[in-house]
Amino acid sequence: MNYFPDEVTEHVFDFVTSHKDRNAISLVCKSWYKIERYSRQRVFIGNCYAINPERLLRRFPCLKSLTLKGKPHFADFNLVPHEWGGFVQPWIEALARSRVGLEELRLKRMVVTDESLELLSRSFPNFKSLVLVSCEGFTTDGLASIAANCRHIRDLDLQENEIDDHRGQWLSCFPDTCTSLVTLNFACLEGETNLVALERLVARSPNLKSLKLNRAVPLDALARLMACAPQIVDLGVGSYENDRESEPYLKLEAAIKKCTSLRSLSGFLEAAPHCLSAFHPICHNLTSLNLSYAAEIHSSHLIKLIQHCNKLQRLWILDSIGDKGLAVVASTCKELQELRVFPSDLVGGGNTAVTEDGLVAISAGCTKLHSILYFCQQMTNAALITVAKNCPNFIRFRLCILEPNKPDHVTSGPLDEGFGAIVRACKSLRRLSLSGLLTDQVFHYIGKYAHELEMLSIAFAGDTDKGMLYVLDGCKKMRKLEIRDSPFGDTALLADVNKYETMRSLWMSSCEVTLGGCKRIAQIAPWLNVEIINENNNNRMEENGHEGRQEVDKLYLYRTVVGTRTDAPPFVWIL
Amino acid sequence: MEKVGVCDEFVNLKATELRLGLPGTEDVCQEEKEMVSCGKINKRALPETEKEIESTGKTETASPPKAQIIGWPPVRSFRKNSIQAKKNESEGQGMYVKVSMDGAPYLRKIDLTVYKQYPELMKSLENMFKFSVGEYFEREGYKGSDFVPTYEDKDGDWMLVGDVPWEMFVSSCKRLRIMKGSEVKGLGCGV
Repeated sequence: MNYFPDEVTEHVFDFVTSHKDRNAISLVCKSWYKIERYSRQRVFIGNCYAINPERLLRRFPCLKSLTLKGKPHFADFNLVPHEWGGFVQPWIEALARSRVGLEELRLKRMVVTDESLELLSRSFPNFKSLVLVSCEGFTTDGLASIAANCRHIRDLDLQENEIDDHRGQWLSCFPDTCTSLVTLNFACLEGETNLVALERLVARSPNLKSLKLNRAVPLDALARLMACAPQIVDLGVGSYENDRESEPYLKLEAAIKKCTSLRSLSGFLEAAPHCLSAFHPICHNLTSLNLSYAAEIHSSHLIKLIQHCNKLQRLWILDSIGDKGLAVVASTCKELQELRVFPSDLVGGGNTAVTEDGLVAISAGCTKLHSILYFCQQMTNAALITVAKNCPNFIRFRLCILEPNKPDHVTSGPLDEGFGAIVRACKSLRRLSLSGLLTDQVFHYIGKYAHELEMLSIAFAGDTDKGMLYVLDGCKKMRKLEIRDSPFGDTALLADVNKYETMRSLWMSSCEVTLGGCKRIAQIAPWLNVEIINENNNNRMEENGHEGRQEVDKLYLYRTVVGTRTDAPPFVWIL
Repeated sequence: MEKVGVCDEFVNLKATELRLGLPGTEDVCQEEKEMVSCGKINKRALPETEKEIESTGKTETASPPKAQIIGWPPVRSFRKNSIQAKKNESEGQGMYVKVSMDGAPYLRKIDLTVYKQYPELMKSLENMFKFSVGEYFEREGYKGSDFVPTYEDKDGDWMLVGDVPWEMFVSSCKRLRIMKGSEVKGLGCGV
């Protein structure tokens, strides 16, 4: 098989970067497996319990960049108790012991402690990049260790983490010699920020491209920061309240005009609406705009801003923009690829901010759209059918109708046909989230047409086990299936246990699977971890012979090559 | 035989009841279980009503239960908390402001709309932080205590609590800070 010396093959492999492709390469033959594993620098682990750090390091000793994901997706919505697991500590300990030259660590939904961060900062002299998304368990003291000890730190990117803010001086822990920062994102911190330390840090970071501030950074500080970082590409504005005539505001206007490289704008965590106009001069350069936290900005101001953004590729917005606002987006943002419309009112039943009309308008105007997340109060089959016709290129289609089980508001029927049209037309669809009134029929369509579907989220849908069976049977590329409050039970669960080896994980909560069914799977498939999460002590799962009728509240099963995990809390029962 | 009869009657009553329950909620489950246990008899005797129950259970979603469903809508907690906090602050559902006291390890939050005048507010703060605020004088400020209540107004300036009329205070106060000791002198308390 090998016509070239190993070094040449390795050099060729260097050009192959995607994880999928590299995984495929390693399966070709023994010698390619060997070459690939020694040259592999970046590893992605979608489920931290599918493998352990020792085996990881044995296979990839030259690891430089590691991505780890912990809790299942529904943990984002409080469906997984805090102490469930996903601890990064054992990983960092193992990596430190092995002296691997770690440079980059990206974690999602994991429990990170100050101890972990301290160990991380001291163990890898070349450490450059830390990205934490939806993590928890640490404080600003941990950040101080990273700032103080990582001499070559390039990226410190904190996205939507729950961080205990000790309002300390972590920003001043960056030594004066630290001039290598490229990304600094601390938007999720709640506490006060040492503005002087921040300004000095930004001033001595000529490579700083991405800066995202928290709400404690006021407008005058923003003006000064932008003035000493005109090279900024990605800006997250913190607090944004001030008089239009005031001096800081005028300074800001001047600074913004100089930021000709600015392409991405976000934040506005506390915002006074009329100040948005300061950004109008650079809007035509923007490719990404995230105003989804700016609840105080009225739709008219949003529209005025968006009218200038004709190069926008990514837009995250609140539904307060309204159907009218979405129509403006549709006629202005012809390059739009990704749209997310978040709810500004969680309880629902309020004014109908965006409806199916907004979605249809977007689909008609933005032909390059491939990813959408849309929260709305109502939907119709007709609208979805039109959207499918307009946009057959969807890769991700996530629709959330706020009221569970809501039917087509015109016909009062289920939305099966609408979603059916989407899966039929969008041949490259990889991710789908369903909502509204849905019967088994929609799953029949999904199983039949969604050939590329990898992730499916189901809530309050379906009638019988047939629904789930259609999906398990038809979607050959399914990786993550998460279901809540739907009438699927043991029959569906047990129909094809081997299917779960081809998937990363299955989540089922408030469905109709029983303890007996779960035990059966655990018996048949020892290569699966079958976890039952039962927080309600009164519902203690008992071995009393009635397992066939004891319904399980939350089931999470996933393939693993390292068996049962040992760090599970008492309320998690691993069968 | 009797048992069966009872079951039938029970199901009959249930059959005519308009249900708005969501699948997965206890009531519906209960109902389904009852139907299942009387299932065989039910199916033979009342095929129509069974269909009826299924359709009414699902399509009648006229008024949604306002009760919060856990984890719904599927919005990340971080974002949810942010929206909730903003709503509470802006919707006249109370005017919540943060209160810090020099030396205290954490802050508190109070709803200004709960009070009618300054004395009430002072009393509440005194209780919350276990201190005494002294007496307010128009020209000299607070005398008789090491603690002085101050607030940050809409312009970002730190003001002495009590100088402006109550309504103006409530509408312009963004946060409160109970200052202590030496810093107090700088506020021009007229001493």
